[in-house]
Amino acid sequence: MTDAAIPTTLATRPKSGNFWLLLWRQFRAHPGGVAGLIVFSFIVVAVYVGPLIHTIDPNKIDIKAKNQGPSLAHPFGTDNLGHDMLAQVMAGGQISLAVGMTAMSLALLVGTLVGVLSGYSKKLDGPLMRVTDLFLALPLLPLLLVIIMLFRDTLRAAFGPETGIFILIVFVIGITSWMHTARIVRGDVLAVKSQEFILAAKSSGMREYRVILKHILPNVMSSIMVSATLGIASAIITESALSFLGLGFPSDFPTWGRLLFDGANFLQINPSRVLWPGLAISLTVLSVNYIGDAIRDALDPRALKH
Amino acid sequence: MFTFTIRRLLFAIPTLLAISFIIFALLDLAPSDPLSDLPLTIPPEVREQIRAAMGLDQPFLIRYMKWLQQFFINEPLNIFEQLTGLTIGTGERMRVLSWATRSPVVDLIVQRLPQTLWVVGLSYLFGVLLAIPIGVISAYRQYSIFDQIGTFIAMVGYSVPTFFTGVLLIVVFSSWLQWFPSIYDTNLVVDSWSSFVMQVKQMFLPVLVLTLYNTSQISRFVRASMLDNLHMDYVRTARAKGVKEKVVLLVHVLRNSLIPVVTVIALGVPTIFSGAIITEQVFRVNGLGQLLITAIQGADIPLVQTLTFIFAVLIVLFNLIADVLYGILDPRIRYD
Repeated sequence: MTDAAIPTTLATRPKSGNFWLLLWRQFRAHPGGVAGLIVFSFIVVAVYVGPLIHTIDPNKIDIKAKNQGPSLAHPFGTDNLGHDMLAQVMAGGQISLAVGMTAMSLALLVGTLVGVLSGYSKKLDGPLMRVTDLFLALPLLPLLLVIIMLFRDTLRAAFGPETGIFILIVFVIGITSWMHTARIVRGDVLAVKSQEFILAAKSSGMREYRVILKHILPNVMSSIMVSATLGIASAIITESALSFLGLGFPSDFPTWGRLLFDGANFLQINPSRVLWPGLAISLTVLSVNYIGDAIRDALDPRALKH
Repeated sequence: MFTFTIRRLLFAIPTLLAISFIIFALLDLAPSDPLSDLPLTIPPEVREQIRAAMGLDQPFLIRYMKWLQQFFINEPLNIFEQLTGLTIGTGERMRVLSWATRSPVVDLIVQRLPQTLWVVGLSYLFGVLLAIPIGVISAYRQYSIFDQIGTFIAMVGYSVPTFFTGVLLIVVFSSWLQWFPSIYDTNLVVDSWSSFVMQVKQMFLPVLVLTLYNTSQISRFVRASMLDNLHMDYVRTARAKGVKEKVVLLVHVLRNSLIPVVTVIALGVPTIFSGAIITEQVFRVNGLGQLLITAIQGADIPLVQTLTFIFAVLIVLFNLIADVLYGILDPRIRYD
């Protein structure tokens, strides 16, 4: 009986390879998605590889060269303390992107777990969905602000100023943005669960958790992916909004939102201080949203008909 | 439908109680001391008296119950008395007091509400009014130049955060062109034509920022919903019957497409309030959002609790409205 599981896994493997190939083929047909992918890859490469080429330390203070316009030495100019803006934008991007990715992963993990559990088990469905509804009814931005204000100092003392605030922000964003993923995954699991191959896997004596891992999860992967791209975008926006309100990362550990917040006070002297970080946030979010749209279109069965 | 509404209303009560408990507990059990900002020279016994005056010497559950009583019984009664002029009982009730200003929290909120409603409400209204025609034309002429540009602008407006568009508009219109003021002056009294012009001018930029954001979000929904309906069989039937194209589009398709859009609009109202926190901060509009930010920065816990809870009430209320509207507008939906 246990042998029965082997052919099914073998049969799904080439099919899943095909799935990615098909997805890519559909994705390529969406010009916005391709442009988004190119822009996003460019931003990621620039932010992580850029500091190797433009080697000025982002925290180096050069008070003699303050508030300068763009020049060869400082392509984005300098701020009121003589920090090099290009180096700061790149360093900020590393943190912003890291926050976006980690918070998205956390939200995805919680959302998928809740979604699969409530879709798969009838007993857990009611309570888990009530919890999801409750979370959806929470006013998120005010709560995020409150949580950060209250727990910032404690976590800073425990983990150091940088790691502490990073953990806090990632945790807080992740824990408040899993609900949509959970709902979508639950719907998909409910649809997949009633199909014959699940019954076949179960009757072949497969353990429940293996049925979930091997058969259910691969089939809800597509909606998880769409949630993931949209999750990165909203996490980056939330983080920069928090930093913009002065309740995110500190100035000496800047993110794009924080740079924008600090630059807003020097609008008249140096408007480019606002422009670069703001442009970076907007381009990242825009490109990620386009990628998400393209993936959704590629996975939409109705789109195949046209 | 009526029983459904009643049932949903009854369901809303435990949800709101749970949310109020979460908010209260979160703020109360947090590891921060509200007296930590006071000078260290205050002797410990005075410190204890201050704590007692703030009501902090009582156990957690009692404070929670008292807050519930103040919020759900005392404050509504006060509002009722002010509206009708009647006095119920002695008229002396414990109210939720702000720690920073020592004035009732509800009074502070009432002071700040008009600014938020004007700026946010107007931009939401403009957003809806602009989004519907844009979405309709975009969907009807799918892949045309108008649609391409419209969807692109909608995508940009939806992706670019309001704190960036706001700051950008300030750079262009206040700093360079000097057409509009960058800061909202709440003390401005509109009593003449010139002060009215001033008021319009100072509202222009914040309203523009929020309108752009709302329009992009809603027009995406309108377009998607129109596209879903345009390929339905009933549209072909209507055309085959010889119904004029204008009537097909504006009566048959639009009416059906607006059903999901109306719920989206209703669901968006509370998020607009919390989203406006950022825009209010950018333009220094002293509305509810700025009240919340200053309260958070000053650790004014009763004010933060009440404001956050009001936002939660708005979300629950508009969820309810959206559900009920959906049932009323779409006769295919039967809840019973």
